Amino acid sequence: MWEKKPVLLIVLATCAILVGTIVTMVLPFAWVNTEADRIEGVTPYTALQQEGRDVYIREGCNNCHSQTVRPLVSDVLRYGEYSKSGEFVYDRPFLWGSKRTGPDLARLGGKYPDAWHYKHMDSPRSMVPKTNMPDYEWLRDYPLDPQMIQRKMETLDFPYTPEEIKALEDKNEMDAIVAYMQKLGSDIPWRDTTETTIVGELVNPYTETDQATISSWGSIYLENCAACHGEQMEGEIGPELIGEDYDDEILFELIYSGITDGGMPGFSSLGTDKVWKLTNFIRNYKADGDQ
Amino acid sequence: MEKQNYNYAIVRSFVIWSLIWGLVAVLVGVIVSFQMVEPDLNFPPYLTFGRLRPIHTNAGIYGWGVGVIFATFLYIVQRLCKTPLWSDKLAKFQLYFFNATIIASAVTLLLGYTTSKEYHEMEWPIDVMIVILWVAFGLNIIMTILKRKDEQMYISLWYMMASIVGVAILFLVNAAAEPVSLFKSYSAYAGTNDANVHWWFGHNAVAMALTAPPLAMFYYFLPKSTGVPIYSHRLSIIAFWSLIFMYLWTGAHHLLWTPVPDWIQTLAMGFSVMLIAPSWGSVFNGYLSMGGQWHQMRENYLVKFLILGITFYGLQTLQGPMQAIRTFSAFIHYTDWVPAHIHMGTMGWVSMISFASIYFMIPRIWDREIYSIPLANLQFWLILVGQLIWSISLWVAGVLQAGMWNAMNSDGSLTYTFMETMVEMYPYWWARAFGGVIYLVGLIIFIYNIYMTVKKGEPTAVTTATAEGRA
Ligand code: HEC
Ligand code: HEC
Ligand code: HEM
Repeated sequence: MWEKKPVLLIVLATCAILVGTIVTMVLPFAWVNTEADRIEGVTPYTALQQEGRDVYIREGCNNCHSQTVRPLVSDVLRYGEYSKSGEFVYDRPFLWGSKRTGPDLARLGGKYPDAWHYKHMDSPRSMVPKTNMPDYEWLRDYPLDPQMIQRKMETLDFPYTPEEIKALEDKNEMDAIVAYMQKLGSDIPWRDTTETTIVGELVNPYTETDQATISSWGSIYLENCAACHGEQMEGEIGPELIGEDYDDEILFELIYSGITDGGMPGFSSLGTDKVWKLTNFIRNYKADGDQ
Repeated sequence: MEKQNYNYAIVRSFVIWSLIWGLVAVLVGVIVSFQMVEPDLNFPPYLTFGRLRPIHTNAGIYGWGVGVIFATFLYIVQRLCKTPLWSDKLAKFQLYFFNATIIASAVTLLLGYTTSKEYHEMEWPIDVMIVILWVAFGLNIIMTILKRKDEQMYISLWYMMASIVGVAILFLVNAAAEPVSLFKSYSAYAGTNDANVHWWFGHNAVAMALTAPPLAMFYYFLPKSTGVPIYSHRLSIIAFWSLIFMYLWTGAHHLLWTPVPDWIQTLAMGFSVMLIAPSWGSVFNGYLSMGGQWHQMRENYLVKFLILGITFYGLQTLQGPMQAIRTFSAFIHYTDWVPAHIHMGTMGWVSMISFASIYFMIPRIWDREIYSIPLANLQFWLILVGQLIWSISLWVAGVLQAGMWNAMNSDGSLTYTFMETMVEMYPYWWARAFGGVIYLVGLIIFIYNIYMTVKKGEPTAVTTATAEGRA
């Protein structure tokens, strides 16, 4: 019957298409982004952050970076608290992404100090030699367009002040994207609430290890710490590490948990063994002075 | 017969332009694959990975994929309906507007005007162009079907009509946005809603642009090439209706473990697994139509392309449902496994069927015998080997990376830092780039073969206007 009637076929096909559409695409609007999943503390983007978000979109960072932490052990350990629907209510469009060529950025806010981001965006390979992330130092050459940004804020219906718009005049796109990076995932106070738990007694397993072996652990330092503390521990974004004298346990905890509000990320994701190696390497380095 | 009345000129133009955009898509694909291993190949602001990758995907889907859809549908509809196109003028408009749209897309994406929504990156003015284009195309096809000479509509026509309405609905809903300027707009939906709407679109773009149309081509060109009808008409009816019904439920399998409500994810998972049935309905129908004809795999290069194509479709529709299962998704989602899946679909399934369709049409629309069948065979092997290197290297890479992401020490901490897992990808990314180059060579040989056919091919001996109908 329908094989002989094109109009009927089109109507039937449309109906077949609409059933699943209505159930899985239209209906969810009744639940999602309603009062039920609103989270207190989640705020709209400021003018500068929103512009940073638009630069992120323009440069297609989402082709390499995702922005959702899944409630899976390895995701949470690596990136932080899993993402919740209410955290994205101001995201137009969503930027969850589908590929992690680089790490997830959903919980990036507050992980690094601004200075780290500027340096990393200028030249990711200067900090992480084997990364394939392109250099973005050229973003510094592009000033912002306050009028356009004001129009965007109005379209989005986000609050802003005239001073805020005025302040954009001497900012560039790099400032904007760094401001956006620092906002990511930091609306809920997860960094303060998730204590990194250290299992068991803290005992340095490498007290008997010889100098040469300890020196060979320098690569762990270069890979994870040198970008901020300098290749010779001379200090840069982070303080100089030579000359301070810590207990093993205190140094271990410091590296493992970080100094959240001081710009020192926690390195629990390295695992206890590597953190112990670092602890010994740093202590040994100081004792040695000139490796 | 009435051959001269058919509008073949328009089919010829679409064949040529789809090849040009296909070449662009693959070329840019090769470039971005090298950028992933050698970041010095980024030339800001325009030629960076982040801006070029969407040009690759959109040129592939809209330039090559849709270009071939236009060419083949305009051909098939005239042959199956035994009547010339409803409007030649509209078809001509469609051709010019198609190219204008693709050029505008490429230029604006290079300039960074993007919505960031995968496979729907172009900003709103281009969305408007795409809508006009699709209406012009859809109207012409449907009006031609309405004035057909044969009452009965063949399977291919069902898939064509479903894809015309399907794409229209998907595109319109997902395009909804509030413009700020000519080059910038904000999605009408926010956060989780936007994600859910988008992947409802995303997955069904696969259904309505990369599954239904190649199936329409397959159902038409396979019997035409072998000279034997499709095995079971009833099976094709069941497969058709269950396919277009089930696909729409599955979008959220791209969003497993995200904040999208659980029940949507569960429905998507269930329907994805069920999708194996209608997908394999067509695969079996294809295989069984070859009963007693398998020797043609050796003798007839068209059949080789078509059967390999449907085989990759079969593998694709087993792998897809597997990826849609929560536990498996937890493992491979976000890794290089997924691009390997995509490229078995696009380079294996869609392209193989497209090559066969074009090879089949060329002698009929240009009245020339194919210039070189050995070249066509060489191309077949380059495409096959290129695609296999591409996909297999990234499946291995994906599993490796997933394993490393999940590896844990006895104290419950992670074994590897992100960078330790990432550097392991480089050898596989090199292999993938190499596979891409082989595929590119295959494509260039295809284009050369067609060019030589048009320039130098022998005129066809007998006119190929045989009776068309239920194949
Ligand atoms: C070709 C893929 C690629 C692109 C495009 C890309 N990145 Fe990256 N990104 C990476 C990789 C790989 C890393 C991990 C190594 C490193 O820190 O450079 C990374 C790391 C980062 C980090 C550090 C994350 C952390 O937790 O240590 C930030 C921040 C970042 N990228 C921001 C961006 C921004 C913003 C853009 C767009 C302007 C961008 N990336 C574009 C691949 C990419
Ligand atoms: C993103 C940059 C950054 C990275 C990467 C980083 N640090 Fe730090 N680190 C800091 C900052 C900033 C401080 C100062 C925090 C404060 O005192 O408030 C700091 C403080 C410290 C201190 C305390 C120094 C003092 O004198 O108070 C130690 C020890 C330390 N870091 C060790 C490490 C080790 C080991 C690594 C590598 C695993 C590392 N850091 C990686 C930025 C970084
Ligand atoms: C039964 C049929 C299919 C099912 C159930 C299916 C399932 C899936 C799933 C679950 C993903 C997401 C993987 C992830 O990100 O974790 C995916 C991705 C994808 N599939 Fe399939 N697939 C099917 C057939 C096809 C076919 C025939 C094609 C044709 C080319 C295709 C093209 C794609 C593309 C392009 C993506 C990538 C989306 C992205 O950018 O993330 N799929 N598929």
